[in-house]
Amino acid sequence: MHPSPDARTAAADGGVIHNIGYRRYEGPRLGRGYATRSLYQQSLRAAFGLGRSGRSKVLPMVVLALPLLFALVVAAVQIFMKMEKPVLDYTELLDGIGVLTWIFLAAQAPVLLSRDLRHHTVPLYFSRPITRADYVRAKFAAMTSAMLIVTAGPLLVLYIGALLGRMDFGHHTVHLLYGLAAALLYAVLYSAIGLLIAASTPRRGFGVASIMGVMSISAVIARIVYALAGGEWADVPEKANWAAMLSPSWLVNGFTNQVFGLVTDSRVVHAPGAGAAVLFGAEILLLTAACYWFTDRRYRKI
Amino acid sequence: MNVTVARLTVRGLLGRRSGILLLVVPALLLLVAVIARLTADTPEDLAATVLGRLGMGTLLPILALVVGTGVIATEIEDGSIVYLLAKPLPRHWIVTTKLTVAIAATWLLAAVPMLIAGLLLCGTRDGVAVAYAAGTLVAGAAYSALFLLLGVATRHAVVAGLGYALVWESLVGNFVPGARTLSIQQWGLSVAKSIAVQGSIAADVALTVAVPLLVVVAVASTLLAAVRLGGLTLAGEE
Repeated sequence: MHPSPDARTAAADGGVIHNIGYRRYEGPRLGRGYATRSLYQQSLRAAFGLGRSGRSKVLPMVVLALPLLFALVVAAVQIFMKMEKPVLDYTELLDGIGVLTWIFLAAQAPVLLSRDLRHHTVPLYFSRPITRADYVRAKFAAMTSAMLIVTAGPLLVLYIGALLGRMDFGHHTVHLLYGLAAALLYAVLYSAIGLLIAASTPRRGFGVASIMGVMSISAVIARIVYALAGGEWADVPEKANWAAMLSPSWLVNGFTNQVFGLVTDSRVVHAPGAGAAVLFGAEILLLTAACYWFTDRRYRKI
Repeated sequence: MNVTVARLTVRGLLGRRSGILLLVVPALLLLVAVIARLTADTPEDLAATVLGRLGMGTLLPILALVVGTGVIATEIEDGSIVYLLAKPLPRHWIVTTKLTVAIAATWLLAAVPMLIAGLLLCGTRDGVAVAYAAGTLVAGAAYSALFLLLGVATRHAVVAGLGYALVWESLVGNFVPGARTLSIQQWGLSVAKSIAVQGSIAADVALTVAVPLLVVVAVASTLLAAVRLGGLTLAGEE
């Protein structure tokens, strides 16, 4: 409704307030859950560079494509050589593409968190209905989902390849599920660690280097301790496997190998015994929970 | 060289929290060396794993990356480099000064611990400790120059540097023998090999190839960085 001309003449000698028709928003309020879901969706897209410039798509897309390509080659070799047994088990494939998942984590976890910190956009999020915990939850879920997409894709390619090659359906389905469970563990643990490091620095470069440093240095140290305890001998002593507790990647690998009974000989890294498996599982859980808690606490102070 | 620029760079690099974080790297190396010394029957056998793989293969590139990009890329990123560029100093001085600081920091934080770790593991036998320390010195200098260039040349210096050091040198180099020819780590190992007693250190690149390549990479990186910084214009926020 337009203001009537009388409104202006009413107080011709004094100041005038024009009614120019501003209205309040009276539509439905979508609320906290919706905002969190939107943030999740947008973060998941950002993890792959979707909705951002072409240059920021290069790295995530390459890291997404390489494991798929690798799995495709393995599957193709299996079909054409008419192999009875698979070349690579699903969990072994995950172990093989480990470095690529580190690179994805190191490059993309800071994309999700550091940029918001650097450009001081975090307070803008908190001016919406979402709470600090919601923000962390959405980012964590987005990072975990992105990691799962990267790791589960090649597993599915390998599975489809195996079925096309008319391999044993039951065996492959069960092992695919083992692989997916391992992929989930990797995704959750890695995301928790990566996001904690990314949240602690507004400098993207520093975050990338720290995440990659933590992942690669801990793996090398685990390997050295493993070798110290006799890991390079033909018959690896059981106690050498405790070295796996020193590195996130070895930890998940050892845990899943033991729990799913994938230990074919002593050279496969595994949690030594059932009690150790419980301990390995507890460490995964504890690490994830602790990293998540610290990330959450860091955002409470903003 | 400019003393004031050097002092400011050192403060920016080692001041506050980041200095402590950088100390983690040598501490880890020494810790592993001590553990290896105490638990292994023949710690000399682990020299290749601890000094070669952990020290020169993983810790040195990461340290050099943080230091090399830290001396200049952080300043370019947050824009405070303008205050330095506005001073009546030739811009190549800035590059050489910052490079000197980066190399000194890398030597202090990587080569010295490497020597100590080597002495812990093998004593003075076969000259292995000195050899690895010397390899770290030359490789550290080349890494610093290269990563400083990356810091001036691209905003994604750390990702690019990690891609080179961990993906090209470690991952690709593991499977593709040819990739090792173009690897600073292997050039450093080659220098180390020539110093130690024959057969105690393995390297894939001949010394006659490694030394010229090291010099070329270090000099070319420095020159390119100087040229690049000379022509650097800062894009405004808007």
